[in-house]
Amino acid sequence: MRLSRSAKITLRIFAAAVMAAIYLPLLLVIVNSFNATTSGAFPITDFTTRWWEAAFTNEGVREALWTSLRVATVATVIALLLGAMIAFALSRYEFFGKNTVNLLVVLPIALPGIVTGVALNNTFKTVLEPLGIGLGLFSVIVGHATFCIVMVFNNVQARLGRMNRGLEEAAMDMGANVIRAFFTVTLPGFKSAFLAGGLLAFALSFDEIVVTTFTAPPGTETLPIWIFNNMARPNQAPVVNVIAAVLVLLSMIPVYLSQRMTGDDRK
Amino acid sequence: MAAPTIKPDITSDSTQAPVAARSGTGDTISRVLHARPKLRLAGLLALPLAWLGVLYIGSLILLFVTAFWTTDTFTSKVVPAFTLENFVEIVTVPAYQLTALRTIGIALAVTVLCAVLALPLGLYMAKVASPRMRAMLAIGITLPLWAGYLVKVFSWRITFMSGGPLDWLLAPFGLTGPGYGTAALIITLAYLWFPYMAVPVYSAFRQIPDNLFDASSDLGAKPWATVRTVAVPLLKPAFIAGSIFTFSLSLGDYIAAQFVGGKTQVIGTVIASNINLNPPLAAAFGTVPIVVVVLYLFLARKSGALKQL
Repeated sequence: MRLSRSAKITLRIFAAAVMAAIYLPLLLVIVNSFNATTSGAFPITDFTTRWWEAAFTNEGVREALWTSLRVATVATVIALLLGAMIAFALSRYEFFGKNTVNLLVVLPIALPGIVTGVALNNTFKTVLEPLGIGLGLFSVIVGHATFCIVMVFNNVQARLGRMNRGLEEAAMDMGANVIRAFFTVTLPGFKSAFLAGGLLAFALSFDEIVVTTFTAPPGTETLPIWIFNNMARPNQAPVVNVIAAVLVLLSMIPVYLSQRMTGDDRK
Repeated sequence: MAAPTIKPDITSDSTQAPVAARSGTGDTISRVLHARPKLRLAGLLALPLAWLGVLYIGSLILLFVTAFWTTDTFTSKVVPAFTLENFVEIVTVPAYQLTALRTIGIALAVTVLCAVLALPLGLYMAKVASPRMRAMLAIGITLPLWAGYLVKVFSWRITFMSGGPLDWLLAPFGLTGPGYGTAALIITLAYLWFPYMAVPVYSAFRQIPDNLFDASSDLGAKPWATVRTVAVPLLKPAFIAGSIFTFSLSLGDYIAAQFVGGKTQVIGTVIASNINLNPPLAAAFGTVPIVVVVLYLFLARKSGALKQL
């Protein structure tokens, strides 16, 4: 498009302003974690590493992190299994109600998290609690796995669509049974998509808060729930700030890795 | 169609000779499975359907049913019955009405804000920026998706704090930040969901051939007129696709409202505060976002934008 010089400059300034609005708040979290005062007044005058020390020895944080890791791991395993199964069913078979099954997988992520949370909370309380399965770590895992399935499903289905089915048939023609053909030919073919889906599912579960608040019993805290419960407490806010800063820094890792892998962006 | 619709080829029996030669349990299972695609399909679908079809859909149905139940005001116990009371309450109690409308208004404002920001950014990225700058910006807008949700809410909580960074930044101009409230909530939600709008708009911008813009200016259109009459209509599906996310995610959110919204109540706040005291009312309120999102999706589908997703 033929844009005047001034229009181009305006657009450039605008883009820079948007980027600033995206990154300054995140930078602020990191800087503020060294703020000695708890009032959050700006600009920061006293710097301290006290909160970082406090965060690393905080029992609540450790327990919450451990809970989060357990929930995310089990939810990811369930999602990997169920997601891959549906992906296989949908990409290799034609059957009645195929579109409905497809919709079913996407629904938990398409509906607001609060709906999934309230629905599961209601089911656990009215139906499953009388049967002895009340709200607990199990219900949190169920909630997380439900919306994690779609992550694995999407990745695996996309890969299966591009895979050469002839290879599998060839393996079977040469005497491999269905099970062997699957493990030696099919699995290596979609393994990377399977793992990528698992990684996304894990990240999604690790970050989830809304479904967790409704499916966790009082006292069970995942890391996001711990942050949620402590964000508004003035004496805990600095520790929350440190955890937030750590999470911001950790989130750069996958980006750094993907940059390394693609690498040639700079050329 | 009378023929069975199972795709895999069941007539190929080339595996049978070697299988017969050395037969183990694995081979037996394998043979049974290979000959029965329907069994394989059932095996694949049984577990996922039990999970999603029975547990999840069952829960949604139960939620809907519970919305017609009532709570014993003395014991706080849910009593199965059939009453429209909860829905009547939502529609007639002014506070609830207002909350539902306010939430929809906030979700729309967030969507508009995201769209207004995504348009010039997409224009710059697709048509002005150098390839290197374009790649950097493309990473730049998606990167925050990796930072945690609560972390981002927290970052704006710090920003809007009274006497905090925004107030400090605006002080030389004699202004103060909006403080915690509806404006802060809209900005925070727009920040959270911006990538979902920016990415489709930018990719759609890239797909518009340059010569369309050239033709427009050859015919005498000013850049703004070109954007308005050429780009925006072509970008409409991308805007709608993005808006589904920004709208529906904003509609269900209540955590951000709690931390930067001040006293602003949204649908989620009401659900969360009633889930233990009055589950049927919470359930009835939970159907509001479902209905609104379904309506929104229906309108989006009518415009044909869903095929772009």
